[in-house]
Amino acid sequence: MQKARKVLALVGNHAVAYAVKQAKPQVLAVFPITPQTTMLEKLAEYIAEGELKAELVKIESEHSAMATIFGAAVAGARVFTATSSQGLLYMTEMIYWVGGARVPLVAAVATRAIAAPWSILDDHHDFVSKRDAIWIQMMAENVQDAYDLTLMAFRISEYPNLLLPVMMGFDGFILTHTMERLEVLNDEEVDEFLPPRKFNLIDFEDPVSIGQVADSSEYIKYRYSAMKAMENAKSVIEEVSKEYSKLVGRNVPGLVEDFMCDDADYAIVAMGAWSGDVREAVRRLRGEGIKSCLLKVKTFRPFPKELIRKYLSEKKAVLVMDRAYSYGLGGVLASEVKSAMYGLQVPVYNFVAGLGGQDVRPTVIVDMAKKLHEGTLQEEVWLV
Amino acid sequence: MIEVPEYSVPLARPKLGSAGKTGFWRTSRPVIDYQKCTKCRLCVIYCVENTIDLMPDMYPRIDYDYCKGCGVCSNVCPHEAITMEPEVK
Repeated sequence: MQKARKVLALVGNHAVAYAVKQAKPQVLAVFPITPQTTMLEKLAEYIAEGELKAELVKIESEHSAMATIFGAAVAGARVFTATSSQGLLYMTEMIYWVGGARVPLVAAVATRAIAAPWSILDDHHDFVSKRDAIWIQMMAENVQDAYDLTLMAFRISEYPNLLLPVMMGFDGFILTHTMERLEVLNDEEVDEFLPPRKFNLIDFEDPVSIGQVADSSEYIKYRYSAMKAMENAKSVIEEVSKEYSKLVGRNVPGLVEDFMCDDADYAIVAMGAWSGDVREAVRRLRGEGIKSCLLKVKTFRPFPKELIRKYLSEKKAVLVMDRAYSYGLGGVLASEVKSAMYGLQVPVYNFVAGLGGQDVRPTVIVDMAKKLHEGTLQEEVWLV
Repeated sequence: MIEVPEYSVPLARPKLGSAGKTGFWRTSRPVIDYQKCTKCRLCVIYCVENTIDLMPDMYPRIDYDYCKGCGVCSNVCPHEAITMEPEVK
């Protein structure tokens, strides 16, 4: 049953900041970058007003921001950082350090195109470039999703013995600067959902060093264990999603979300904010008698390949929407979906659009889906 | 005691010879002439691998399981009491 909830109207950045405030981190280190900056400003405001008791380290770069919270997380603090685009690239070395060291922490990424040419607008190139860094990567469709996933990210990251950092992606400007209605939890409910953090590697009776050398026989064992942890993360995400859904009284899926997939002939796979446009396109297509559906990828790493196969194996054709491209290969999400569907006789088409903030409207998606239905769609189409 | 699952968080604890017995890397062996040694302990201080210990009588002793044969001890010895002898003749 739907519970009565406190309802707010917030832009995406403020919704994430609100969730972070409720998660009560002790250490934050954030370097401002468009379109994430207003989140940092909101967090600074919460601290200045005494609503959040945390150390906000005013840091000189994204690389140092991640290094700072890495150290604080090792020492037992709940931590948070956020970045975007060029900042995420600059942070990359430390992102791999954190992933390889299997330290639980949470970072938000307001997705944005990468230079050159310079752009401050949205696409997913920055986010997907971290897919091999041993991080759980989740992506939000709307402001409510961004709020929910931020709280879930802390829970998943700190899940007993999972030991993985979580990156929460949400589309720059489209979500970060758009005000939407969202339901928020009470602080007490969040306290219960996120009990005090247990992970702490500081013990003066048992001193250890982090970041040491592993020889060639040991190194691969750590990476093998990371592979297992990522596989294990799928069930953890499902479990946390169930727990969170029960808490909020709404269905909040963790890995994928399907919209009208039961009886659909065609599926459109999408990730991030434009999943909302796909929903609208699906409604319009169904109005015209074309049975299509949306399969929204919420967790990009670990990639939910079993669920992708489950939902797509009986479809006549699949259209994958890509806001990131691997130059010389194909759309990033499309490649992953094709790989997950290996051996199935379902054709996968790829629609590449929305790069550098390009506006993609439901009518465009409807046109693509109609061509898919007619059988006139090329295997890969760019909106140029 | 810090407990994390095996091969999850890469962490290290202080331990004797964590890289195995590195003595076999040695191409020449430092040998102490105890007739010349004055127990000045410079070799103990300068040994980069911390493989020179003091015996109860305060004379130095080289742990050949871990000594890599770098020759620093031989170089710093003010009485030329440590000579480097080839391991392979």
